[in-house]
Amino acid sequence: MSVVDRQEWDVVVVGAGGAGLRAAIAARERGARTAVICKSLFGKAHTVMAEGGIAAAMGNVNSGDNWQVHFRDTLRGGKFLNQWRMAELHAQEAPDRVWELETWGALFDRTGDGRISQRNFGGHEYPRLAHVGDRTGLELIRTLQQKIVSLQQEDFKETGDYESRLKVYQECTVTRILKEGDRVSGAFCYARESGRFFVLDAPSVVVATGGIGKSFKVTSNSWEYTGDGHALALLAGAPLLNMEFVQFHPTGMVWPPSVKGILVTESVRGDGGVLRNSEGKRFMFEYIPDVFKEKYAQSEEEGDRWYEDPDHNRRPPELLPRDEVARAINSEVKAGRGSPHGGVFLDVSTRMPAEVIRRRLPSMYHQFKELADVDITAEAMEVGPTCHYVMGGIAVDSDTAAARGVPGLYAAGEVAGGMHGSNRLGGNSLSDLLVFGRRAGLHAAEYATGLTGGRPLVDDVQVDEAAAEALRPFSAEGPAPGEEDGRPPENPYTLHQELQQAMNDLVGIIRREAEMEAALDKLADLRVRARRAGVEGHRQFNPGWHLALDLRNMLLVSECVARAALERTESRGGHTREDHPAMDRQWRRVNLLCQLTDPTGGLTATDPLHGQIDLVRETTEPIRPDLLALFEKEELVKYLAEEELYE
Amino acid sequence: MSSYEARFKVWRGDVGGGGLEDFGVEVNDGEVVLDIIHRLQATQAPDLAVRWNCKAGKCGSCSAEINGRPRLLCMTRMSVFTREETITVTPLRAFPVVRDLVTDVGFNYTKAREVPAFVPPDGLGAGEYRMMQEDVDRSQEFRKCIECFLCQDTCHVVRDHEENKTAFAGPRFLMRVAELDMHPLDAADQSGLDRKRTAQDEHGLGYCNITKCCTEVCPEGIKITDNALIPLKERAVDRKYDPLVWLGSKIGRRSPGK
Amino acid sequence: MKSGGVRSGTRAAITAAHLRTDRWWLAPAATAAGLLAFVVYSTWRAFSNSDYYAAPYVSPFYSPCLAENCEPMRNGPNWEIFGSWWGLSPALLVLIFPLGFRLTCYYYRKAYYRGFWASPPACAVAEPHKKYSGETRFPLILQNIHRYFFYAAVPVAGILTYDTVLAFRNEDYEWGHMGLGTLVFLVNIVLIWAYTFSCHSCRHIVGGKLKHFSKHPVRYRAWRLVGRLNARHMQLAWASLVSVALADFYVYLVASGVFDDPTFF
Repeated sequence: MSVVDRQEWDVVVVGAGGAGLRAAIAARERGARTAVICKSLFGKAHTVMAEGGIAAAMGNVNSGDNWQVHFRDTLRGGKFLNQWRMAELHAQEAPDRVWELETWGALFDRTGDGRISQRNFGGHEYPRLAHVGDRTGLELIRTLQQKIVSLQQEDFKETGDYESRLKVYQECTVTRILKEGDRVSGAFCYARESGRFFVLDAPSVVVATGGIGKSFKVTSNSWEYTGDGHALALLAGAPLLNMEFVQFHPTGMVWPPSVKGILVTESVRGDGGVLRNSEGKRFMFEYIPDVFKEKYAQSEEEGDRWYEDPDHNRRPPELLPRDEVARAINSEVKAGRGSPHGGVFLDVSTRMPAEVIRRRLPSMYHQFKELADVDITAEAMEVGPTCHYVMGGIAVDSDTAAARGVPGLYAAGEVAGGMHGSNRLGGNSLSDLLVFGRRAGLHAAEYATGLTGGRPLVDDVQVDEAAAEALRPFSAEGPAPGEEDGRPPENPYTLHQELQQAMNDLVGIIRREAEMEAALDKLADLRVRARRAGVEGHRQFNPGWHLALDLRNMLLVSECVARAALERTESRGGHTREDHPAMDRQWRRVNLLCQLTDPTGGLTATDPLHGQIDLVRETTEPIRPDLLALFEKEELVKYLAEEELYE
Repeated sequence: MSSYEARFKVWRGDVGGGGLEDFGVEVNDGEVVLDIIHRLQATQAPDLAVRWNCKAGKCGSCSAEINGRPRLLCMTRMSVFTREETITVTPLRAFPVVRDLVTDVGFNYTKAREVPAFVPPDGLGAGEYRMMQEDVDRSQEFRKCIECFLCQDTCHVVRDHEENKTAFAGPRFLMRVAELDMHPLDAADQSGLDRKRTAQDEHGLGYCNITKCCTEVCPEGIKITDNALIPLKERAVDRKYDPLVWLGSKIGRRSPGK
Repeated sequence: MKSGGVRSGTRAAITAAHLRTDRWWLAPAATAAGLLAFVVYSTWRAFSNSDYYAAPYVSPFYSPCLAENCEPMRNGPNWEIFGSWWGLSPALLVLIFPLGFRLTCYYYRKAYYRGFWASPPACAVAEPHKKYSGETRFPLILQNIHRYFFYAAVPVAGILTYDTVLAFRNEDYEWGHMGLGTLVFLVNIVLIWAYTFSCHSCRHIVGGKLKHFSKHPVRYRAWRLVGRLNARHMQLAWASLVSVALADFYVYLVASGVFDDPTFF
């Protein structure tokens, strides 16, 4: 059966967002023949939706900024759970990664003296985000896309073939990473357009598939965010780290229903927008947590002065890290002080002239005008929390981005865990993509080109199994074991909707033990039914089939989230337990790792109690002393356990 | 919240043939055409092929033709139609069809490769670039492009004349040439690449008869014709049809565009 | 028209040339009708060789008047450059410049390509031509000389401005008077200048050709000003077309004695 098309590459990059493209550029420049494979068209990845900017301590607007300050902000934002070495590398290398984009043709907004302008954002002490209006992600993806094209043009000049060293397989999906023994040997893929299977032989695979938001009902994420990379790594035997931390962005659209969840950029607040409840009150002043008390304004007057004179005033609490703001909005709505459609009001219209709003927030203006009939220069927006980002992800080595335990497997971007700890600061995502995308590409290329003793071989049996797994939805019918005959196959769209509803309601922004247990039950039920998810028609561009295949990934990842969230009995960053509302310093030292119960990578619909995922606790590596020294002692005692402080 | 049943005609088929299929489907307040297509998938036609990603008008994936006009499915609100109207949705008609609403947009990726990339200036390292806002404004407008290819689809040069596809890059990629030519630090000149001249000689600028359909359909509101194509035509005129400039360049005292 | 278009082999099989449900034909039809009306009117007036001067007003179609057979206009722009051999209407000598300016204008090109040539008739409506080479070949490649017509249009507009100044006289050539005609001329000349300066070639010459606006602050400001006008190029094209015809018609009415120019002072 395994007569599928095979092609040989040195490095295969799964995902063509910021991290994937940056990795591909690095790998190709390092001399590796590189293939990029992505579910959408080239240049449409979810990165285009990033709005606010790229955090990099260039110090163009406030010269007091440097990598140490950025590092501190990142750790505070992540409540000290960050893989500190990643945060360090990230803060140090981000400026170079941004400047490099300019040499590839990127055009950021400028300061008066012609340098890259930087804007304020939640949790960042200084204006730090390089941006292009509110479409920074588009600029990033286009620049990387065009850099790839320029490399292909170079190759064309030399070899007469644009794709001799760097090829993009667009609208293709990877369903399995293939291995020989421990080591990666390739990837099993299908082309969405034709439905044809093919195998890319490669000793290195970089996973850069982004997040998991499509497992939740209200999300700012696009359909691609089905946790493919997380699942591929799990199935290949690599553990996932701290999957309980899911960021709910405080401001998503809440009305009309069809656009519920679409992002309203944090720049709205960074540029002066304020949050009000139905009583017209700026409620965020009530929600400043103790750890941030000294850093934020205590009165509206002070907060307002900060926009003009940031050196002598403290920032308004609307610019607290996202987890704090999201929880505050959630509480206001619950207390009955919400807006008509169940959000709160975000207002720029009374804060800035219409002209300035249209210039600084063009896509927000456009988005509200077109989709909600709201003119944000004249009235307030209604906003509420929306599932936005997963901090957890594939456990990786900080320096090389190599996944643990699977030689040849690398991960970068949202799919990799650790960098952001329990909560990501706005703007740190785009810089994360660039810094670790490059590192992943580089090390993947080095590994692939430096292999001694021959490349790992693709095993035909694995290829056949992968093909059979991918084809199952076409033959799904008949009863599940022990059930009555004649039941029709399950509709994948229905299963997906039920999954989203369950995750949203039971493992959402505020979590309770009983609800998460119920979620695990529901997931077990869905898992059984998903094995019978059937589709009509043929393999050519069949979205029902594609969804049926993605369900496997969403179910795996959702189980990781639910299981880890049930285990962590504290509230920290993107994980809020109603039954354990406080942050616990002991938990700071604990990483939760998810692994597949069946190490052979086989999937069975096991019972809800055990499921498919095992949890392992691991003690975090102590933070290096010179990095700890960047903080005041008084601050550290709020986060670190006693014994850590004296070590 | 009110809902009603709308009548839809959706083109279904592939390169071998196909036709408009009738559907009756529920519509709720505030929905866009893409919501309706999704409802069709979930309830009536699970294998209905459609491209989409962000559903927020930012990625440019869900391009199609609605009542004969090239538009983004996710940015076309149902409220622009009357309840009695039958809404016709077809794939882009300038490109080969793949299946249902999905077309092969490979033409655009081929053209993208034919435009020489940004040429970084010699002697300026990363971090040393200095550009004034007023100098980047023009190119920034063009970089708002989300590559939905609606302009490429509507442009009659290729829509109505398949044979012109080899010679003509289309509005999106002529705009890319303009963007690079207006980039304050692009050093194509020094490397011997004359973008103004290649716009006409290699990318088919002369085929454009400035009838402005590209501008009309652009969901980002980019003034493609007025700000990119016509200025590019004028720049080509500088090179090829302006004796004053020609004379000046012969004498070597003034070089245009500096 | 089956070859190569929306109904060719690999495209979605749809037989209709378009599926638009709105009144897409209205704009090209109105454009064609408007342009046609002007062509008919201006042809009649240009060849009529009469009723183009009623002191102190000279029809913009006949200014400057460059042949010996021009009506005498005191201080007016009648310079007998062409001498006595020219026997046709003197309008034909100068109309070529404003006509060429408008014929090669980027807006009018759109208007007549759509309205007369149906190339395309409207967006996403299939055009009825088998072949299309756009402006790549003779004669349409000549559209590229638009900027020379712009260069020529500036002095012509200058002379019309001079005519407007002369219109502040009464019929006995005494200064300091104003009639309804003066007002018509004023409106016309403002629109003519606005149309001329809003020209895309003008926008390019003034500053559009520059790579670094920051090094040329004055030209940058000029470019922005022209840019604002340029955004209304279509409206200005129509307004000035109507106003120039109206100015001529006004002179015709007064010269042919239909009515007397009402004077304000």
